[in-house]
Amino acid sequence: MNFTFEWSGEFIAFFVLAVCAIVGSVMALSLTKVVHTTLSLAFTFISLAGLYVLLNAEFVAFVQVLIYVGAITILMIFGIMMTKHQEAEEKPRPLLESLAAIGCICLLALLIFAIRDAGFALEAGELPPDSTREIGKLLFTKMVIPFELISVLLTVAFIGAIAIAKREEDPE
Amino acid sequence: MNMLASYLTLAAVLFCVGLYGVLTKRNAIIALLSIELMLNAVNLNLIAFSKYGVQPSLTGQIFSLFTITVAAAEAAVGVAILVAIYRARATVNVDEFDELRR
Repeated sequence: MNFTFEWSGEFIAFFVLAVCAIVGSVMALSLTKVVHTTLSLAFTFISLAGLYVLLNAEFVAFVQVLIYVGAITILMIFGIMMTKHQEAEEKPRPLLESLAAIGCICLLALLIFAIRDAGFALEAGELPPDSTREIGKLLFTKMVIPFELISVLLTVAFIGAIAIAKREEDPE
Repeated sequence: MNMLASYLTLAAVLFCVGLYGVLTKRNAIIALLSIELMLNAVNLNLIAFSKYGVQPSLTGQIFSLFTITVAAAEAAVGVAILVAIYRARATVNVDEFDELRR
């Protein structure tokens, strides 16, 4: 194993954002109030948007901020608001939690071992400089059928969500 | 260790944290949020391969856009089902959603 890094600017930015993302996610699972969990995960999502900017994916970064931080977090906060949460009944289940922790750590070790072992190409490739324009062109030429399908899926899912969550009227 | 391996390691850590949350948390909203975290880890992998892969192209970014869309639909339907169950059972504890087991 080889832990030598060259401390370039990109690596320092990656390191700071990665620490923010991991701290946000771990805090989310250790906080007890549900709203704090949601806000902590919003912090993780913003850090991931920063990582996408580092990876030359500016459009995906803005979509990440709009969808995850703007829509999904707010949706979850509405979900919290419409349901009641009592923290008092949180009794610990040590067997299940330790089993889950052991399983996750084993999976993580396996993944890290596989990543170390894979031997990827070292140098970054050439992406087009104006990636947002290229994404738009690709979406409406080569990827137009998946794009339309995903629009239909999104419409169907939202209509279904409204139909499920709508308060049922009295039949009389 | 090159940058691609760093990104993949970070995604693996986030995925495992999300998996632990799904397996241990009994609040349905936290479980849904943990699933979103796992999906985000997958997106990070896709975008990292879009830049540092053997054949860099924008297809990875477009694929992650589709994943984000499906994740948004999943979150909306999940919260709707949660609200409907809460109306019927007055709880958000996933251990008590056992109608089908009886």
